[in-house]
Amino acid sequence: MSTLDQTAHSSHDHDDHGHGGHHYHQPSTGEILGAMLTFSRDHKIIGLQFLFTTLIMLMVGGALALGVRWQLAFPFQRMPILGDLFFGSQGGVIAPETYTMLFTMHATVMIFLVIIPILAGAFGNFLIPLMIGADDMAFPLLNALSYWAMLPAIFFFGLSFFYGGGPAGGWTSYPTLSALQTAAPGSGAAQTCWLLAVTLVGVSSMMGSVNYMTTIINMRAPGMTLFRMPLTIWAMFITAILQAFALPVLTAAGFMLLSDRSFGTCFFVPAGIVVNNAAPTVGGGQTLLWQHLFWFYSHPAVYIMLLPAMGMVSDVMSCMARKPIFGYKPMVYSLAAIAGLGFIVWGHHMFTSGMNPALGMSFMVSTMMIALPSAVKTFNWLGTLWGGRIQFNTPMLNAIAFISMFVVGGLSGIFMAAVPVDIYFHDTYFIVAHFHYVLFGSTLFGVFAGITFWFPKMFGRMMNETLGKIHFVITFIAFNGAFFPMHLLGIAAFPRRLADPYHYPSLEHLLSLNQFITISAIVMGFAQFILLFNFFSSIFIGKKCGRNPWNANGLEWSAPSPPGHGNFESLPVIYRGPYEYSSPLTEKDYLMQTEYIPKSSQAAVAPTGH
Amino acid sequence: MRRFWPLFFLAWPIIAIVWSWLAPYYGWWFHKPAQSPLGQEIDNLFYLILIIVTTVFVGVNMALVYVLWKFSSTTPGEKGTFTHGSHILEMVWTVTPAGVLLFISLYQMDVWARFRMVQTFDKQALAHPLAEVTARQFEWRIRYPAPGRNFKNKAEIDEWLKHPSPDDVYTVNDLHCPANKKVLIHLRTEDVLHSFFIPDLRVKQDAVPGLVIPVWFEASKRNQYDLICAELCGWGHYKMKGRISAESEADFAKYLHALAQRQADDGVPAKVETKEGEGH
Ligand code: HEM
Ligand SMILES: [Cu+2]
Ligand SMILES: [Cu+2]
Repeated sequence: MSTLDQTAHSSHDHDDHGHGGHHYHQPSTGEILGAMLTFSRDHKIIGLQFLFTTLIMLMVGGALALGVRWQLAFPFQRMPILGDLFFGSQGGVIAPETYTMLFTMHATVMIFLVIIPILAGAFGNFLIPLMIGADDMAFPLLNALSYWAMLPAIFFFGLSFFYGGGPAGGWTSYPTLSALQTAAPGSGAAQTCWLLAVTLVGVSSMMGSVNYMTTIINMRAPGMTLFRMPLTIWAMFITAILQAFALPVLTAAGFMLLSDRSFGTCFFVPAGIVVNNAAPTVGGGQTLLWQHLFWFYSHPAVYIMLLPAMGMVSDVMSCMARKPIFGYKPMVYSLAAIAGLGFIVWGHHMFTSGMNPALGMSFMVSTMMIALPSAVKTFNWLGTLWGGRIQFNTPMLNAIAFISMFVVGGLSGIFMAAVPVDIYFHDTYFIVAHFHYVLFGSTLFGVFAGITFWFPKMFGRMMNETLGKIHFVITFIAFNGAFFPMHLLGIAAFPRRLADPYHYPSLEHLLSLNQFITISAIVMGFAQFILLFNFFSSIFIGKKCGRNPWNANGLEWSAPSPPGHGNFESLPVIYRGPYEYSSPLTEKDYLMQTEYIPKSSQAAVAPTGH
Repeated sequence: MRRFWPLFFLAWPIIAIVWSWLAPYYGWWFHKPAQSPLGQEIDNLFYLILIIVTTVFVGVNMALVYVLWKFSSTTPGEKGTFTHGSHILEMVWTVTPAGVLLFISLYQMDVWARFRMVQTFDKQALAHPLAEVTARQFEWRIRYPAPGRNFKNKAEIDEWLKHPSPDDVYTVNDLHCPANKKVLIHLRTEDVLHSFFIPDLRVKQDAVPGLVIPVWFEASKRNQYDLICAELCGWGHYKMKGRISAESEADFAKYLHALAQRQADDGVPAKVETKEGEGH
């Protein structure tokens, strides 16, 4: 009870600061778009700033990927359009060092400028206060800074392209390739820019993370107990905790690498290393230390790139199946278990690295165990659909695709978690298949579900359903066409990160399969223009909608669409969890969190047990 | 449309399974079955996991398509079943996969231990290292001990790894070894990370700056195998190609002898050997 009182209090404090019901102003589309160009501290505007930026970056990352795919399908042949545009001096041909840059920057852009900021930055910002009944984030200024810190990061990533053809150490930046300036054309100033940019992304994430934790703990509206929070909020909360604990390690490692490069500290460089006939290093360091530190962050980071999508998909699915989430608490606990276990599995990226083989065994067991909460979640999603009234609209289709693809990604993880099998699969296309099924197949379809589901709340208009479905169908088919065969490539030992693998006699025959993949990837890339068109045109011409177009339960749907500054006209009071669809307490098939039903009429029906 | 979507989500797992089923006939599968005894065990583990995983994949997709088929609705406002979950089901689907996953991981331990735990390595192979392989951008440098050289103890091997002997035999990118015998190399790198990957033998080990890592393998057929660098090492990573030639014990002895003789007789530095090695 005491938590309840506290939340009530803190919300009241904020009311005193003037976001009450008195001067509620609902912004027009023009006002929203205008505010996005300013240093706004409104969480919704910041969320939209993140969303627009990441959508643009998605296209940049996609273009880089098409470069990679072109080279693998038509090695050292002129690439039309993009090749002519960017590598005109090379006759439109992708040189090997350009190829290493392309996959490095593709991964970098997608991870650091798309997936992480679109989940936490865009959806986290937009949804957290709305879904817990707060008028804004706890620290609005910090929140704005977390967006604006992204811009110098983008600037430094952009700048890195202009030195030595761009960073080319892979997104993992393993030393000594990344530590010694002479190791590769891209290991000079480009690598320094890259490290600075990643650090800035980290600063941005950290400011967000602190804010989300504080907001969720302190600013829930009266009645919004922890176990009445939507799973999206639970996922954002746990993600914020993950970031708070994992990021400092990456930041520290990044500074160590920077100082290795700039001051010759040799944290990661052993003695006597001779690169490109440069003088031997003085050394004293350990290259494996970087891998440990990097993955200590980056494994939790893959869950930072997934958990929020899991939460959003749960919300969409419950709403579109008109049915309570099956096993709400197991869903929360499994999110927490994934996060907890996520800290003790990093070594599964290092099975062949030469670390103590006994460690390999323990990391194998912990990694296998992390598949367990993922399985539990999958079964609970199926349970949620079971007995529902499933509506196949765009958000729901993308959410179903999430499950369907997540199953593949989770199952392929089991092969790689098994150390002996991973000896073979490590650094082949099997890995590439795995993480695209989880990062694109799951997270990005989850994001598509999120965008189409909450778009009406963002702009007060609906997205076009037909275009949405066309985008979904093409993306789904082309996605599987592009990534499913990569499992087969991996089984055939096709290594990742090779500019031209076909001179190996045992890999020669894989060219045709790669061409098929590339064609699928091109189709998939172009299909995203449908999404962009649908998104941007609907802002202006989409069908107008009211507060609650999906007949959903969540608190955000009780605010006007789009909500004005301060979100709610009056302080909302929460009476139940967000998943009471088809409740017998009411005639309707949904029951909003804010709807009061007197005790007397509740007693008339059977207890709900929630 | 109500029936279209379940079928849509049914189509893709079916295509995936048929595709994987046909893949071996198109060469989209292991290039060859493992050509080494340990590799065969790795293959067996792979197929065991494949069976388990395929079963789960089929089961989950059937369940998914079934619920989509059965519970789709076009009537707005229609109510679904009002339930918040089932304790028993949660227990079942937590404990069962936990058991399966634990089984899989314990079942892998032995093969891993034999691949990587030095205590389990073949004593003979440890005592008579085949060669030292030094990766560098972008080639594999190979140094054999002089033909017939016997190391007295581990200390002498360590000494040999630190300080080459004058009678060592050098070559590049072409590692010969006797077939049907466990052989051991000491893997190191001069500059950045590389990875020593022989797909047909199911062997992979990173070469790490500052470390010397013993790696053993056994080719069960006299044949030549691709040696691929599997860890990004710079712009020329893709062309860091080597070859393993497994031959009879006698042929191998002859090869090494000839190599040593050529190197010693005319006094031409190893460079010439290099050219010839690459020319194959
Ligand atoms: C079901 C649970 C999962 C298991 C058992 C698992 C296992 C693994 C293993 C063992 C590796 C390393 C393979 C290697 O490099 O040899 C790996 C790589 C990877 N996993 Fe997973 N994984 C799981 C889920 C996920 C999820 C949910 C994500 C992201 C949302 C993810 C993202 C990645 C990424 C990005 C890599 C590759 C990183 C790189 O090398 O560039 N995984 N996974
Ligand atoms: Cu991981
Ligand atoms: Cu390499």
